[in-house]
Amino acid sequence: MPVPQPESPARQLRCCGASGCRSAGGDALLAALRTACDADATEGLTIKPVGCLRLCGRGPLVACDGPEGTRLYGAVPPERAADLLAAAREQGAEAGGARAALESHRLDLEHPFFRLQRPVVLETCGQVDPESIDDALAHGAYGQLRRVLAELTPKQVRDEVRRSGLRGRGGAGYPTGLKWDTVALQPPGPRTVVCNADEGDPGAFMDRSVLESDPHRLIEGMAIAAYAVGADRGYVYVRAEYPLAIERLRLALQQARRKGVLGRGIFGSDFSLTIEVRVGAGAYVCGEETALLLSIQGQRGMPRPRPPYPAQSGLWGAPTLINNVETFSAVPAILREGGDWYAAMGTEGSRGTKVFALSGAVRHTGLVEVPMGMPLRTVVEEMGGGVPDGSAVKAVQTGGPSGGCIPEERLDTPVDYESLLQLGSMMGSGGMVVMGETTSMPVVARHFMRFSVNESCGKCVPCRAGTVQLAELLDRFVEHRAEAADLERLEELCGMVRATSLCGLGQAAPNPVLSTLRWFRHEYEAALREPSHCEPPDTCTVGPDGETRGYAP
Amino acid sequence: MSVVTLRVNGQEVAVPAGASLLEAARAAGVELPTLCHLEGLTPVGACRLCLVAPEAGGRLLPACATEAAEGMAIRTDTEELQRYRRMAVELFFAEGNHVCAFCVANGDCELQDVAVAVGMDHSRFPYRYPHRHVDASHPQFALDHHRCILCTRCVRVCDEIEGAHVWDVAMRGSQCTIIAGLDEPWGDVEACTSCGKCVDVCPTGALFRKEDTTAEKHPHAERAELLRRAREQHQWSNQ
Amino acid sequence: MTVTPASAATTTATATATTAAPASLAQVVRRHGARADALIEVLHQVQELHGYLPPEALREVATLMRLPLSRVYGVASFYHLFRLEPPTAHRCAVCLGTACFVRGGAQLARRLESRLGVELDDPAGNGTWAVQHVSCLGACGQAPVVVVDGVLVTKLPVDQPEELEERLDAAGLPRPATA
Repeated sequence: MPVPQPESPARQLRCCGASGCRSAGGDALLAALRTACDADATEGLTIKPVGCLRLCGRGPLVACDGPEGTRLYGAVPPERAADLLAAAREQGAEAGGARAALESHRLDLEHPFFRLQRPVVLETCGQVDPESIDDALAHGAYGQLRRVLAELTPKQVRDEVRRSGLRGRGGAGYPTGLKWDTVALQPPGPRTVVCNADEGDPGAFMDRSVLESDPHRLIEGMAIAAYAVGADRGYVYVRAEYPLAIERLRLALQQARRKGVLGRGIFGSDFSLTIEVRVGAGAYVCGEETALLLSIQGQRGMPRPRPPYPAQSGLWGAPTLINNVETFSAVPAILREGGDWYAAMGTEGSRGTKVFALSGAVRHTGLVEVPMGMPLRTVVEEMGGGVPDGSAVKAVQTGGPSGGCIPEERLDTPVDYESLLQLGSMMGSGGMVVMGETTSMPVVARHFMRFSVNESCGKCVPCRAGTVQLAELLDRFVEHRAEAADLERLEELCGMVRATSLCGLGQAAPNPVLSTLRWFRHEYEAALREPSHCEPPDTCTVGPDGETRGYAP
Repeated sequence: MSVVTLRVNGQEVAVPAGASLLEAARAAGVELPTLCHLEGLTPVGACRLCLVAPEAGGRLLPACATEAAEGMAIRTDTEELQRYRRMAVELFFAEGNHVCAFCVANGDCELQDVAVAVGMDHSRFPYRYPHRHVDASHPQFALDHHRCILCTRCVRVCDEIEGAHVWDVAMRGSQCTIIAGLDEPWGDVEACTSCGKCVDVCPTGALFRKEDTTAEKHPHAERAELLRRAREQHQWSNQ
Repeated sequence: MTVTPASAATTTATATATTAAPASLAQVVRRHGARADALIEVLHQVQELHGYLPPEALREVATLMRLPLSRVYGVASFYHLFRLEPPTAHRCAVCLGTACFVRGGAQLARRLESRLGVELDDPAGNGTWAVQHVSCLGACGQAPVVVVDGVLVTKLPVDQPEELEERLDAAGLPRPATA
């Protein structure tokens, strides 16, 4: 795929400065590289801070570019800065020696983890300096916004997006083009675009990476969307837990305003747009769109019944387009290459690519962007390298607290919206947490239910009181004091909370229970207390924290 | 005035455009249980008792907060809905401390009435016996949080009808609680006009007049609508 | 390095300011033109000024923004990053997100509780230290993680007790005083 490349400097070191690598010592490494570079005044070698280089578990990551190709190094301590510099320079005895010395840190770019990736949203993530609009422009940022404003009508833009088959990447998978049309076709009046960057699913860090690595891509996508639906105002709602993402997004917006990419009469057209950042304050439910809008309005994030949908009546009652970070960020590439190009990737119902955050009991943790429809097994076992100790994967959790656990025997399922739903899970925002044999499923279910108890807004009774009762029922299973009637009660209450809760959080809260009941029912049944005699205490392994870790044979 | 026609339990009804499904059901002679809803206040769809099932399938709809649409067909009393309603009432009883026998609202309590209507005589879910308190700092009224079901009628009537906004909901999830001012004793909140509307609309014995004892509360939930109509349409029927 | 959610507000507020940090609550409110929708942003900045949201400050916010007291308190108490009580001198956040959970986050939380003599999510802690849980810091690639006074500490070896204790020492967490 032809990504516009700037005249690449002959030699450069790209250092990941996203929060994962920073916490692993990326800052110290970058500083050491700069000091070392200044000290020997090397010509023609650039040291560039960039965003996510994908394999977060091996950070800090440094990519070393040169005419002979790119080499990637991981877990490099700052003391090895001089070696990295030497390795990045021309061939020669010194460089050869340094490369040999770094060999243990070298990561294989031909490994399936990298080879099977198909970057679209992440195409310049790890390439551009997230704090420099000039670098972003050199990589083609805002090129599509300029073209769209000069050449296309809003309807043509929407048609292209509809043709791409793009569906909302926040979880529910609503067709993006349809949503844009709905907003655009509302009666005349002001409209707003909102980016949902309240990425709250535990195990998900895709949006964080995009914001930290390539914020201008998101801004461009939002601007194109605003033009397509006739909005002149935008908000990005980011969770406060992501300080670096917020800092970089604010910087990017400031730079974009200075460059005239945002503001009045953008690129000489009569299109104007302002975008503001709104920071959350620690409420998962604000990822639900009606709660998010109330939070932007400075209120408690309590969802309201839909309809009316935000597309009809959103922020301050005006038609409002809400998409998440990944959805907006896919738009520039779709406009550049065409909707058909995007639709050619993926499956019939789920077009294009999806970014996943791979974590948990898996060897290679980090970000992967792959075409929709790739079998889960390929992602988890080939790309992820399976469970670190070589034991079998037990289940893969997708969709966070709204999703479910997919058992090993179903790992050949293609990753797309419908297939995951059929398995009782969901795509969600893209978190994929791998679980090994030692993970007990009732404990997993209780973990998620406690999360929902903690995050319920408290407005409707099934979610406010129902999740509390569900968590208590699950305690009985985890602690091996459940009775047969509890299993029945558990299922019945799950059904009620799912059917009657007001918003998506409550409706989906039972999913982790229902999916583990479906695939791992024997673990619940094994946890039932025999009415006639007491359970011998040694039939399960109890971890040091008192939680059941697994079942002895 | 334009009219929409729809079917409720198979029966055709016509209601003014903009009417809710709850109004449509009532027009068809069908009574739906409600707790959070009150005529005259903005619907919130929180208690989930008035959920109805669209015949076309799809998610259940809160009748109070859903506009009736032309050609719609809904069911109000499927076996499933009846089960869900009963469970919702069980959850209400289990999450608070509701002891009817000693309650000021015994005999005139909407929660009690709903429990009878859905056939709930005990909760299959364990009672949680939460630690809550009673605020008797107001000279005329008191708030017993043990009996509060978080319907937010008091919050809405004080904000929308009286305009004082003394009440709001604080915290979240199962910790949610009705507060006055900055979570202060009610009697200390200067914004309160002591109008008593919150007491009038409270569906349980949570808000009550101090002079009332067991089974002596007689609420006036209809006042919210009368006042709203008087204010907005200049029609007085509260003689 | 990253920041705890507890102090995230601080950082974000710092990142907001294109001008100098406000010195008073009145300045904070004035900067937002007392627009009701700025309440959350204002509360973030007030928390930065005081370290938490004292009742007097909430009252002043309500007065200056012309909002009902109960609404201001309702919002402040809804969002878990707002503190309604003075914070302890030191704070530690343990991530109980799914990835951390799979890699022993719950055991880690127990370990911190016994090491510091605190109860998880008790804001008063032991008077000096408090430990709170967070639902996910998005550092899942480095699970399990804790944040000690704003510094993210990653890949804690839960299964190797001695090494774990050393890592926690290095992170600045005190060991229990030996009798």
